[in-house]
Amino acid sequence: MLCDHCHERDAVVSVTNVESNAVVQLHLCEQCAMAKGVEFTPSMPAHPLAGVLQAAHDQASLMSDAPRCSFCGTTPQEFRDTGRLGCAQCYGAFAESLRELLRRVHGHARHVGRRHVPRNPEAASRAGSLAVLREKLRRAVEREEFELAAALRDEIQGLE
Amino acid sequence: MSFDLSLLPDGGSAWLDGSGEQPGIVLSSRVRLARNVIGYAFPPRARDGERLRLLSQVNDAAKQVPMLSSGVLVRVDELGEVDRQLLHERHLVSKELAGLERPHVLRSGAALWLTDQVSVMINEEDHLRLQALRSGFAVESAFAAVDQLDRQLGNELPYSFHDEFGFLTACPTNVGTGMRASVLIHLPGLVLTKEIGKVLASLQQMGLTYRGLYGEGSEVVGNFFQVSNQTTLGRTEEELCELLTRVTKFVVEKEEEARRVLVRDAGYIIEDKLWRAFGTLRYARSLSFDEAMNYLSGVRLAAGLHLIPGLSVYTLNKLLIFSQAAHLAAREGRQLTESESDVARSKYIRGVLAAEVRGDG
Repeated sequence: MLCDHCHERDAVVSVTNVESNAVVQLHLCEQCAMAKGVEFTPSMPAHPLAGVLQAAHDQASLMSDAPRCSFCGTTPQEFRDTGRLGCAQCYGAFAESLRELLRRVHGHARHVGRRHVPRNPEAASRAGSLAVLREKLRRAVEREEFELAAALRDEIQGLE
Repeated sequence: MSFDLSLLPDGGSAWLDGSGEQPGIVLSSRVRLARNVIGYAFPPRARDGERLRLLSQVNDAAKQVPMLSSGVLVRVDELGEVDRQLLHERHLVSKELAGLERPHVLRSGAALWLTDQVSVMINEEDHLRLQALRSGFAVESAFAAVDQLDRQLGNELPYSFHDEFGFLTACPTNVGTGMRASVLIHLPGLVLTKEIGKVLASLQQMGLTYRGLYGEGSEVVGNFFQVSNQTTLGRTEEELCELLTRVTKFVVEKEEEARRVLVRDAGYIIEDKLWRAFGTLRYARSLSFDEAMNYLSGVRLAAGLHLIPGLSVYTLNKLLIFSQAAHLAAREGRQLTESESDVARSKYIRGVLAAEVRGDG
């Protein structure tokens, strides 16, 4: 980005000014900033979580009564408050909101790096489903939701 | 002391040895990968039993992983506070895993698998934090090691991986590659010439960020900065490492340039300032941590400018790590109050400098 003042050098500092009741954002190079008497001391960058919290806060779809995660019970509100997801399933539960949020935080919403390729994808996928179901069953039993527990037990036996 | 660091491979301090490129300016390079395992909530959300089951699954898997076979498992959740602090001071575990970050508490199942090449934090913010820490400027070799460990461990454990979002993590700031590559870099020249603001601003424009000596949330002390990639999604691991390497080279060049300017334009002033730092460390009878860090920064610069002969990078690194509170307590064999700690710190530093340097200028 070029300096808003000289239009020649790269801008290295942004200044927010209030001019006749309007907020003006100026991007200046070092020389122009110094000429304008702007202090040039960068503060510590914000904690990365701050960006997530801000993005989550602005996310209308997280304010709605979107359902909680079916695996760990995290609610959209909890995610908005902490910036942390409760489990891998949360990414599915809040996928819509997350796409927009990730774009804001990372500038991208799609992974392009290494992929996880299990040695035996079919067995791994079944083992994964079983692990999730068993954990759901444990939680259902703890909450004394016995009907749900029975259904989960059948599902597990089916897979086994 | 219940826990003996000397039982760990290399005492967990191989990264201090001063090897690698540019070790005077770039103290260390680290690459970490965040991974989670299918079937458990992420550690902050998981119940005690879940974290312990995860730990035992990881333990079983680790036995099949060649790169972990020579290591030891440290049950961080069974250590006392001083020992946890000791591991943290040595940069082996995060504040969060060590349970030192209020209001977060020490989690059941918090553990560290440590070898002389790589380590794995278990039940940190994510189930697994794989990391490789190297002395000097060695981002590529740190990545190569952790990447290899990731493949071996990924063969044994079902990672939570999403086609669109990549490796899933508790915090969306880590999702995708799950990778954070960082260098710990000493920039006194840029600070003294007041060029540091510009350099840090340009670093942020290039997609990197910086923090203090102990990562997230820590203040900059002693002119040490930890520089790392800001984002983890939408770029490959190689691109992120290449970016960090390229920008670090640029920052190191700027630092060297600043040092040349200092010597040229303010030779005797700088020389006086640095020898005064040395004099204080060599003779003071009580030193607070921040004070010691600032003088050590000066002495490190003096060694870099070849003003003080006989001071190795290894000694400089050791002074930084071993002059911290838990290391001093371990040395004295008991808990220390803050003022006792300041006295012990000055005694330790005096001893090392007396043994290694003839301070006659």
